[in-house]
Amino acid sequence: MKKLLLATSITGLLATSSLAGGGGDIFRSSLVVDQLEYQLSNEKATIWNVYAYAGYDINKVYIYSEGEKPKDESAKSENQLVYSRAISPFWDLQTGIGYDKNIESHQTWGLIGVQGLAPYFFESRATLLFGEDGNIGLRAEAEYDALLTQKLILSPSIALSAYRKDNEKMGIGSGFSNIALGTRLRYEFKREVAPYIGVEWNKNLGNTNDISPLDEIYGVIGIKFWF
Amino acid sequence: MQTINRRTFVKGVIATSLLVNTPITISANTKISTRIKTTEIKGNTFNLSIEKVSVNITGNPSIAKTVNGMLSGPTLRWKEGDTVTINVTNNLNEDTSIHWHGIILPPAMDGVPGISFDGIKPGETFTYTFPVVQSGTYWYHSHSGFQEQQGVYGAIVIDPKVKDPYEYDREYVISLSDWSDEKPSSVYRKLKLSASYYNFKQRTVGDFFDEVKEKGFFEAFSERKMWNEMKMTDRDISDVSGYTYTYLMNGENPATIFKALFKNGEKIRLRFINSAAMTFFDVRIPGLKMTVVAADGNNVQAVSIDEFRIGVAETYDVIVEPEENKSYAIFAQSIDRSGYALGALTFDEKIIAQTPQMDAFPILTHADMGMNMSGMAGMNHSGNDMKAMNSEEAKTMGKQSAMKCGGGMDMSSMKKPETTMDHSMMGHDMKAMNNQNKVIPITKLEEDSGVQTDAVAMDPQYRLNDPGVGLRNNGRKVLTYADLKSLRPTTHDRYPDREIILKLTGNMERYMWSINGIAYKDAKPLEFKYGERLRITYINDTMMNHPMHLHGMWSDLETGDDNYLPKKHTIISQPGSKISFRVNVDAKGSWAYHCHLLYHMTDMFRKVIVS
Repeated sequence: MKKLLLATSITGLLATSSLAGGGGDIFRSSLVVDQLEYQLSNEKATIWNVYAYAGYDINKVYIYSEGEKPKDESAKSENQLVYSRAISPFWDLQTGIGYDKNIESHQTWGLIGVQGLAPYFFESRATLLFGEDGNIGLRAEAEYDALLTQKLILSPSIALSAYRKDNEKMGIGSGFSNIALGTRLRYEFKREVAPYIGVEWNKNLGNTNDISPLDEIYGVIGIKFWF
Repeated sequence: MQTINRRTFVKGVIATSLLVNTPITISANTKISTRIKTTEIKGNTFNLSIEKVSVNITGNPSIAKTVNGMLSGPTLRWKEGDTVTINVTNNLNEDTSIHWHGIILPPAMDGVPGISFDGIKPGETFTYTFPVVQSGTYWYHSHSGFQEQQGVYGAIVIDPKVKDPYEYDREYVISLSDWSDEKPSSVYRKLKLSASYYNFKQRTVGDFFDEVKEKGFFEAFSERKMWNEMKMTDRDISDVSGYTYTYLMNGENPATIFKALFKNGEKIRLRFINSAAMTFFDVRIPGLKMTVVAADGNNVQAVSIDEFRIGVAETYDVIVEPEENKSYAIFAQSIDRSGYALGALTFDEKIIAQTPQMDAFPILTHADMGMNMSGMAGMNHSGNDMKAMNSEEAKTMGKQSAMKCGGGMDMSSMKKPETTMDHSMMGHDMKAMNNQNKVIPITKLEEDSGVQTDAVAMDPQYRLNDPGVGLRNNGRKVLTYADLKSLRPTTHDRYPDREIILKLTGNMERYMWSINGIAYKDAKPLEFKYGERLRITYINDTMMNHPMHLHGMWSDLETGDDNYLPKKHTIISQPGSKISFRVNVDAKGSWAYHCHLLYHMTDMFRKVIVS
């Protein structure tokens, strides 16, 4: 947590320089709404997958939020606040806290993870989570951008999660818990704005599927934007 | 043929800004004046005002930062042997500076904030004064922040004390530049957020299927494999493109067209200056041979060519002899073919030649990555038929070997570098050996790897006779560095006392740039010894061309013939290659030394201390 505080205070300092050299490592911040979509399923859920970050080349602070709000229920979400440090040309090491919430309950995690660009240009992120209750979780995701044209981009993705213990209130069971395979086709009107359509297969596995059965394929319609 | 980006053609007309006559005062010390046509100022005392003007270059009104309200700034004509005095007044509300690019002068006059002086504060006037000890075509620009991108630049022409060895009847400065309505700080932020933001020529799925059709799945896939495993792209030509840039010739866009008039029978000297922030240009005048007579201000042995690549901050003087009653296009396409600057060389202002087509988008080859070509038989990446490749180039390119990628990934699939000598280069080296037969001791410099460096050239080669990506085998005679021979013999110049190696490094994914893996803010200054003859070798570990500029001293480029080393101030280091030059360390003090691409410069930078 000390690190986190330090990073937060670092990012608060704005770099300004009128010198010729130096000053290339500018402070920057960005909000990326990677997915904001409507699920064409029985749940008619609205889904979001959003992150924001601030910092410098090496040190950044990220906030992640991912969740869904079914039409007639309250929202459930997974949220993280992490300190992220570049440790190699393509990879960041991340550490921070996570907070999951659903209708019945909530859970806090400590987490450590990596984020970066895997070979073959897969944008990837894997996180190991340590719960208050002694549970350990693993969440991993990867996404690929296949350019059909310079603006029409097909983006297949995969997300996997697994846990050491059951937590029925949070709807998770031990072992592999969920797999989501999706593909989205977006059109970048400009780099920052891209509406899309897509299809996703979302399945709970093993004990998780016993606790809350899920095996659905549905279409999505949404928009990606950032600034 | 690709469709032409809307920015290539421009809706704006400069005249609109000329109609606005009343200066708008927005604060006590910042006024926005009207744009004035670029003129030449001659003499030995000059008054320059750095000020904002309203412009309309793209069809949208915008604000430029200029010298004396001109874009490009006024051309300063000096005389070799004079002492010039230049009073530069800062009428902006931020610090400014003027650097005299390529001019040999005392360190305090060099105009680099933080190294030569403190910069010029708003409202203040700084007086530069120095003797002019050279002649030729040069330029000046702001060395503060990103002002150069916003218009603070202009040409310098220095008339020689003795008669010019090349005769001509008329001359024109041709200043090439890139203009964006976007704030440069916004362009830079976007590059930091997404390094490929401005690249709309990226690989598509269709490109892959085309290759499959052409070569079969296995070969197409195995070619892709290496790039993919290294997380690199062969479409990474220019960081900033015509998506945001409008390319200018003497401040005129491709719709308003700069016009260079001639009278029948005249020999015309064209003084090309690349004053762009980020753009390399490939320049030709279809239908006309150009005779290159000077490079970076210094006379070279005349060489007749069809086309030349001009890196950011370089200058080339060419002499052309247009036919009677003809009109020609002066065509400067950006290296990534996302647009062009256009001018007319014509006997009649009303007759403008047809605009040539842009060439195909260049694609980096394994040679640009430093790959061994023997493992890539039949490769056809840049649209060049290998069979058609002339033997000279095949030899040069054939010697390229592997580039290693960062992140601890070794290319197991890569062939070992060949151990045979590169014959075309050996010929050059042999000459030097005969003369000097001495080993030059190398001084090791601090180096780092890690986050800064996403690739390393393992066995980079000299590529002096390689015109560069996009210009190989295009059927035209393209200037290469191997063609540059000083007019003045350099036979008796000293052999280098020692050598340093500077690796040009970067991380394209994160948009970070550095030298020897260390960014400027973390680097120790380079220490040169006064009086020494230093050899500097660049090894380019990146996939980009870097125009490297050493302030205060000449860079004598090793083009193969020690008897005629051309003097340059800016040297292009091609991707995955190696290039060497020699410096007479004859100027005490602190100097700047950097890549001249504006958005690389902040970090691919060193302070040099000569003591």
